[in-house]
Amino acid sequence: MGKAFSKPEALTDNYTHYCPGCTHGIVHRLVAEAIDELGIRENTVGIAPVGCAVMIYDYINCDFQEAAHGRAPAMATGIKRVRPDLMVFTYQGDGDLASIGMGEIIHAANRGEKITVIFINNAIYGMTGGQMAPTTMPGQRATTAPAGRDTAQTGMPIRMANLMSEIVTPGYVTRQAVLKPQMVNKCKKAIKKAFQYQMDNTCFSFVEVVSTCPTNWGMTPINALKWAEETLLPYYELGDYKTPEDA
Amino acid sequence: MQTEIKFAGFGGQGILLSAKLLAYAAMKQGFQVAWIPSYGPEMRGGTAYCTVVISDKLIGSPIIKSPTHLVAMNRPSLEKFDDTIKPGGIVFINASLIPVRSQRKDVVELVVPVNDIAIEAGSVRAANIVALAAFAAKSKLVDLDLLKKCVKEEFAAKAKIIPLNMDAFDRGVAAAQA
Amino acid sequence: MAKVLMKGNEAIGEAAIRAGCLNYFAYPITPQSEVAEYLSKRLPEVGGVFLQGESEVAVGYMLFGASGAGERVMTTSSSPGISLMSEAISYIAGAECPAVFVNIMRGGPGLGGILPSQGDYFQATKGGGHGDYHLLVLAPDGVQEAVEMTMQAFGLAEKYRNPVMVMGDGMIGQMMEPVEFPDDLKTEPTNKDDWASNGMSTRKSKKKNLVKSLFLDPAELNQHNLNLKAKYEQMKKEDVQYELYNADGDYQILIASYGTMSRVCRTAIDMLKAEGIEAAMFRPKTLFPFPEKQVHDAALKETCKCVISIEMSMGQMVEDVQRCVMGKKPVEFYGECGGEIPSPEKIMEIVKELIG
Repeated sequence: MGKAFSKPEALTDNYTHYCPGCTHGIVHRLVAEAIDELGIRENTVGIAPVGCAVMIYDYINCDFQEAAHGRAPAMATGIKRVRPDLMVFTYQGDGDLASIGMGEIIHAANRGEKITVIFINNAIYGMTGGQMAPTTMPGQRATTAPAGRDTAQTGMPIRMANLMSEIVTPGYVTRQAVLKPQMVNKCKKAIKKAFQYQMDNTCFSFVEVVSTCPTNWGMTPINALKWAEETLLPYYELGDYKTPEDA
Repeated sequence: MQTEIKFAGFGGQGILLSAKLLAYAAMKQGFQVAWIPSYGPEMRGGTAYCTVVISDKLIGSPIIKSPTHLVAMNRPSLEKFDDTIKPGGIVFINASLIPVRSQRKDVVELVVPVNDIAIEAGSVRAANIVALAAFAAKSKLVDLDLLKKCVKEEFAAKAKIIPLNMDAFDRGVAAAQA
Repeated sequence: MAKVLMKGNEAIGEAAIRAGCLNYFAYPITPQSEVAEYLSKRLPEVGGVFLQGESEVAVGYMLFGASGAGERVMTTSSSPGISLMSEAISYIAGAECPAVFVNIMRGGPGLGGILPSQGDYFQATKGGGHGDYHLLVLAPDGVQEAVEMTMQAFGLAEKYRNPVMVMGDGMIGQMMEPVEFPDDLKTEPTNKDDWASNGMSTRKSKKKNLVKSLFLDPAELNQHNLNLKAKYEQMKKEDVQYELYNADGDYQILIASYGTMSRVCRTAIDMLKAEGIEAAMFRPKTLFPFPEKQVHDAALKETCKCVISIEMSMGQMVEDVQRCVMGKKPVEFYGECGGEIPSPEKIMEIVKELIG
């Protein structure tokens, strides 16, 4: 009998530092599988964010650069413009991309940079310890919103995929989740497609992934998955928001 | 020996170009040159001026408070800079637009109606070339044939207007020598 | 090659191309937008990359990305824009990437003005961004030197794997002077395969490269800073540039000055000489590394009564001059800013007053 399951070549042997129940590990693996399947590992440069995934370069086995908070799309632009033959992707969280890095992501998308963006939306700041993110749900508690997010003061959560889909320049914008096996499978397809569009020099690609953060949500991993499905998914609806074929 | 020439006029009169052409010809003749613009708020609202420095040695300060000569294409320029010119310098006055004269007794006035001459040559837009040629003929700072060649080179991409500018140049020289 | 008459800003753009830099990212700001305008035309002609970024913040990181991928890259800006790029400059220095920044200084603080100034000396030589880093800072005094220093900057940036700044001012950016582009200043880009994220297949390596500035282990970060410090010490040993003017005779005063200001001082020194007064000038061409020993030794000349730093600022370089002269001679200061530039006559007056 042949081998049915093995570690992607694009994943290193290191143990991750992520908390139990965190979904970063799943998304890392999906990225690694997509890289392997497309055979692009030796031609790929990743951009690490500031956030829990800052040390993604310890886990994914390709060249990496480490950005300042929010600036990954500008760095990816710099690399892609001077080396269009390289495959360039950023991996960013919601504080990084949707708060401090809002300007960079919108303009990179609007210029139609041929890069792939993986956006982890877990509705909270992880690495700094559970502060409110632009994606935090109304009433959701955070260390900087102890009584829960007050939308009268801080506005409603930002729906990045919806926002990005309004950009006129052609692109691929999708929202996926990794809360259940079938969601993981769909997310994998989306990530692979996002890299494929770059390989074909088609367009900018953006994959939002609804994720969990049991530690900072103060939940068990199982309850976190349940809460995400019940609370996040109705607001952050899954599906393709834009494809280059729409244009 | 260092000579400084202030070119001043309305924006659009082409004085920055006249100044550049003078600097360019002087450079070709082997002089050290600098073309020093005024930029900033005073550029807006109409007045444009710059200074050309021509020297036989390395040019020091780009801050020229008292230039040797003045080429004034409009009245505010004459009134603003008349006082600053070194004694013995040339004060060039575009008589087409400036009804007054220098208040100085110790400068050499050169009064030429450059707009009228340019219109005679075919277009008022060549007034800056008339002024450049007249001033160059009077000041003898650079070789006139070389300067004329530089003017021709400048308009190389717009061959249609070369004859106009060549004619304007000759008329300017003639006006200075009249 | 024959000399051409060029505006400083355009000449800087051309110098980058002649030095073998075909990648340029920038955001418009007066008084240096002509560089971007020039290169937006010129780079496509030579197969280069021109991109107007959405902000100076983003442009800083476009440089970081391009440089981290092993390519020569430059940006130009003016004072407020350099403040915005300073975050990226710190990261680039921390990650040890070569990149060239040109600052065509204007008056500050805040929006300040758009006329020439030297108010960014502290920012360029002592900080700007956070952390223990230094830029190698070159300060041209005219268009020709701006060309030469821009061309040198790429080789120096690669020698040290450190960002280099060419610091001119609005006067140098806006004025036209004859220039030539010396072929011998063109350097071959160094091989960056050892460290750049240029793709494993590019360098035919199985080892991945990582461009980063994060070192969470204190011992490791301390060692990283020691390594950076060693580079700055090497710069002090190997790449100090300066000029002494009229310093052969028995000068009574030493004027310290750089950039546009030094040209005014040069004229003042010639005018003083005509009146029988001997003044010398010390002009640092590298602001970091500062020519420490050279200004010290020049100040200690027996006949020299005092040193004066003359700047288009409220007194910045003077602190380095004082530091280097170590109290052995009085160090005075005169400055004007905001676009006001001390005239040769004013300098003569001050000098006469100081030497009695």
